[in-house]
Amino acid sequence: MATLEIKDLHVSVNTDEGSKEILKGVDLTINAGETHAIMGPNGSGKSTLSYAIAGHPKYEITSGSVLLDGENVLDMTVDERARAGLFLAMQYPVEVPGVSMSNFLRTAATAVRGEAPKLRHWVKEVKEAMSDLDIDPAFAERSVNEGFSGGEKKRHEILQLGLLKPKIAILDETDSGLDVDALRVVSEGVNRFKQSGDVGVMLITHYTRILKYISPDFVHVFATGRIVESGGPELADQLEAEGYVKYIGKQEAASIG
Amino acid sequence: MAVTTEQQQHGLTAHSHGRAEKTGSAPISSRADHFTSFDVNAFEVPGGREEIWRFTPMKRLANLHNGAEATGKAAVDVKAPEGVVVETVGRDDARLGVAGTPGDRVAAQAWSAFTEATVVTLPGDAKSEPTTITVTGAGEGQVAYGHLHVHAKQFAEAVVVIDHRGSGAYADNVEFVVGDGAHLTVVAIQDWADDAVHVSSHHAKLGRDATFRHTVITLGGNVVRLTPVVTYSGRGGDAELLGLYFADAGQHLEHRTFIDHAESNCRSNVVYKGALQGEDAHTVWIGDVLIRAAAQGTETFELNRNLVLTDGARADSVPNLEIETGEIEGAGHASATGRFDDEQLFYLQARGIPEDQARRLVVRGFFHEILLKIAVPEVRERLEAAIEAELEAVGV
Repeated sequence: MATLEIKDLHVSVNTDEGSKEILKGVDLTINAGETHAIMGPNGSGKSTLSYAIAGHPKYEITSGSVLLDGENVLDMTVDERARAGLFLAMQYPVEVPGVSMSNFLRTAATAVRGEAPKLRHWVKEVKEAMSDLDIDPAFAERSVNEGFSGGEKKRHEILQLGLLKPKIAILDETDSGLDVDALRVVSEGVNRFKQSGDVGVMLITHYTRILKYISPDFVHVFATGRIVESGGPELADQLEAEGYVKYIGKQEAASIG
Repeated sequence: MAVTTEQQQHGLTAHSHGRAEKTGSAPISSRADHFTSFDVNAFEVPGGREEIWRFTPMKRLANLHNGAEATGKAAVDVKAPEGVVVETVGRDDARLGVAGTPGDRVAAQAWSAFTEATVVTLPGDAKSEPTTITVTGAGEGQVAYGHLHVHAKQFAEAVVVIDHRGSGAYADNVEFVVGDGAHLTVVAIQDWADDAVHVSSHHAKLGRDATFRHTVITLGGNVVRLTPVVTYSGRGGDAELLGLYFADAGQHLEHRTFIDHAESNCRSNVVYKGALQGEDAHTVWIGDVLIRAAAQGTETFELNRNLVLTDGARADSVPNLEIETGEIEGAGHASATGRFDDEQLFYLQARGIPEDQARRLVVRGFFHEILLKIAVPEVRERLEAAIEAELEAVGV
């Protein structure tokens, strides 16, 4: 049973005007088998939370801790965190010219699994995983994320999620920029991952629409750098109806249209 | 670290930039007025302030620019398939010098000083297996001059690999005469020992509808300065110049391409990519393209990218595009020099790939489009291994 424990996490980012604190004491525990939706208005620090956990060098942890099964994640390098079982599906996946998707996936799987997957099984595994996400097999030979549409990038993030099989997955606005069909395909991918084992999911989103496909066990409202309210799925319904006005003092809708 | 990029966008009007106006001392000159001569004494001894020498460390040239006498000979070994004719000829052979005229003092010095030349003739109307020419330097402290002439006859289809190795100072002219309708692929590898100084001019002359694929790979040597010049003698010529270079601490690797479009409906494409690492690693790319008034329907593009892997390295990149006619298909250039992209590194590491492996993936990816186009598998494999070794050397 995997557990991710975030305790009193404070994170700053260095800007031209000096260091600026973005996360101001985040406490959250995610157990395997649970899906936590983190919902909040723009600029509340949701993405910072995901990047800080993954270890992006831009963010400085000033205090607090992040433990994965009792191990201090913050002492690990970015790749060590991934190999320990953390996965971040990024809001803006990075293009890596000249590195083919197939080479990248195999290199990553080899690193995470500790040995190179047997070629014959691997080819089949990738093919099926791509087909499940309606990804054209031709993408395997294209450079990582290069020239992909927003939706194609998100599908490939979920493809990696399925192949790397982390213990805890953090999905940073995976729903943003997706049309209805893509949202359904991507959500089904996340649900397959959830059903594949004892895994935990942190689903970061601004809007409630993805929660119609991926049902959360817990919903947390994130505002001004910390969790300000926690509850069950009913909290999402309340946000859908009322928006974030109660938390930030101005109207910002959580529903679309 | 100093990274210099001089870069401009172009319009379709006649213009010149990046050259004389940068120094402020000389009047703005067109590449069309560039002086050429077979006579070494027609060139003044360059001091290093001249436009075409301003990036070159003159003190490290072993006096190739200042009348250094030959003290040895480079060994030229040709492995040619059946049908390809290989000859060693004297200075008086009438075929020599037809592809181009030396455009700087070292090229003229090499022309004046070589004693024998190697002539490789690729049979016309036939497809030949690859020919490999291995040139080994005369040895540390030695000075040598050479001349190589490659002629692909009408409708020939051939690949020539020129492999430079060993020690010493070496200046030479290499000619490529590409006959009408011929298809010549050249891979020139500069894999010299650490002491070597190599100053080389490549002169390619393309016949009507000729195709020329020229790839330069520069990895080893203290100073390497390569000047590939392409001219067209008929319509429909198509030149692609690719370059890959990797400079380590203290190395100076300079490439100066010049495409002279004087005939109509010809094409050219120049893509040079370099990586640099270590203290005082220095690379220079000067890309000159001249589209003369008669060269209507020209299509040309040139691109240079540099990847700076460590502090202390410097990449200079200067594209120059001169257009004397508005009646062209297209013309463009791009140049960029950047540091390692930390976002790419983060993304790969976030998928569990260790940092050193992630760096290698990115550098290999950077060179990928050039490596992909190297038509000779053995050469491609050797280069991939060489790039791996370069990366391992500094623990990148």
